[in-house]
Amino acid sequence: MTDQPSDSDDKLRNDDEQLRDNDGQRFGRLPATEGDREVAGRPSREAVLDFWTDRFGVPADTFADYTFWERGSGKIWAFRGELPSPVEIEALGMTFLRTRQEHWKPTLSAIQRFGDAASDNVIDLTREQAQTFLAGEDQELAWDGDWGYLIVTHELAGEREPLGVGLYVYDELRSQVPKGRRRDLRD
Amino acid sequence: MEVLERYESIVDDFEAFLAACERSLPSVVRVNTIKTSVDRATEALAAEGITAEPIDWHDGLLALPDGNPGSNWPYVQGWLHGQEEVSALPPLVLDPQPGERVWDAAAAPGSKTTQLAALMDDDGMVVATDNNLGRLSALRSNAERLGVTNLAVTNEDARNHSLKPFDGREYDRALVDVPCSCEGTIRKNPDALAEWTFEHVQGIAGVQKGILRRAIEATREGGTVVYSTCTFAPEENEAILDDAVEETDARLVDVDLPLDSRPGITEWEGDTFDPSVRKARRIYPHFNDTGGFFVAKLEVTA
Repeated sequence: MTDQPSDSDDKLRNDDEQLRDNDGQRFGRLPATEGDREVAGRPSREAVLDFWTDRFGVPADTFADYTFWERGSGKIWAFRGELPSPVEIEALGMTFLRTRQEHWKPTLSAIQRFGDAASDNVIDLTREQAQTFLAGEDQELAWDGDWGYLIVTHELAGEREPLGVGLYVYDELRSQVPKGRRRDLRD
Repeated sequence: MEVLERYESIVDDFEAFLAACERSLPSVVRVNTIKTSVDRATEALAAEGITAEPIDWHDGLLALPDGNPGSNWPYVQGWLHGQEEVSALPPLVLDPQPGERVWDAAAAPGSKTTQLAALMDDDGMVVATDNNLGRLSALRSNAERLGVTNLAVTNEDARNHSLKPFDGREYDRALVDVPCSCEGTIRKNPDALAEWTFEHVQGIAGVQKGILRRAIEATREGGTVVYSTCTFAPEENEAILDDAVEETDARLVDVDLPLDSRPGITEWEGDTFDPSVRKARRIYPHFNDTGGFFVAKLEVTA
């Protein structure tokens, strides 16, 4: 995996995407399958569930009570409940997944909430490594598995706790912690 | 502090009241049970050498006497939320149940919204409304960090709240924790009274009436509405309830609080209020060593 997600991705929008999100306020529910799709380019619920299962081993029934919604291009939200689609409100559930790039990227919020159900592509950090990650810094780390987005965990109060998303490429773990969530907890 | 002199006639042990208003409050956090347990949160704080003292009336609240509640691992994981002790009361009084539809009518920055979601085990729906986009952004960031997923957020004047995005269905419960003159937050914010004017109290009372009326209207028959403020001013408390009892289909019901409190008052500066406003509860800083607060519970009757 060589393409690098970056902050500028959000600013690049083409005409198709404008059609998907013409007022920036509208949440459209994901179709159940690609065959049900009415909005070009919108991912299906099936594809979202497959992503979590294939990449992280999160069972599909983890999300049985959830509906998935898109607002803006490839910004997927998870809402525990049902509403008629589309819905024009400020927020619906939790930011969940970015699907605009070739490699889909879960949000930190989604990882912290659902990451404990993951079995694959999970990297456990020591306290010191977790501090570096939380500060938003990249670090060289050994990892035998696939390159790409990993669920980053650390130990807290005696259990493994999902902390966020890292991008593993070229023998280093690149922190994907958003600026507003970074903290420097180093002594 | 001279603003508070107007309450000498209604507050027992007034000198102790004034003295308490001068003392600062410790940092308090609420444990977010959507993401963890009180035991794990306490263990994680202890592991970082942070002193956390349980608040005796609510096992999900911890006082952090050394302050700085936002710089530690349990906070980063969304296990903790900084919230003044007394402000945890209105969601407890509302008592929302998993699976219900609940409206938080003046929601930002979301301390009570996220507490409502936690009380519902993040199941059902909380609709959070605020008219201020900047404050809604703080609510959004709190909800994300705390892992709330049963939340719908609307940016509008709560007095004109629309049920259209929500299938037009009425709520089971509504929390009306309105913007107010904030006199009761003086211990947290010593400048709280600096901008106080009687005109502001009168102006905001109009907004409070409108929000409470809309909440009663948008709640189903038999449903519950909780009205609360962090002020002592009867113009923003009993007078608002008096208007609701007079003008809407709702009645006041008893509130059972885990803190020492006083009944609502029925007379103030020549005005008299419906006798049922005595069912509301006034919380003064000197009785429980908290901020000041006002809370009332209404049942919707039609």
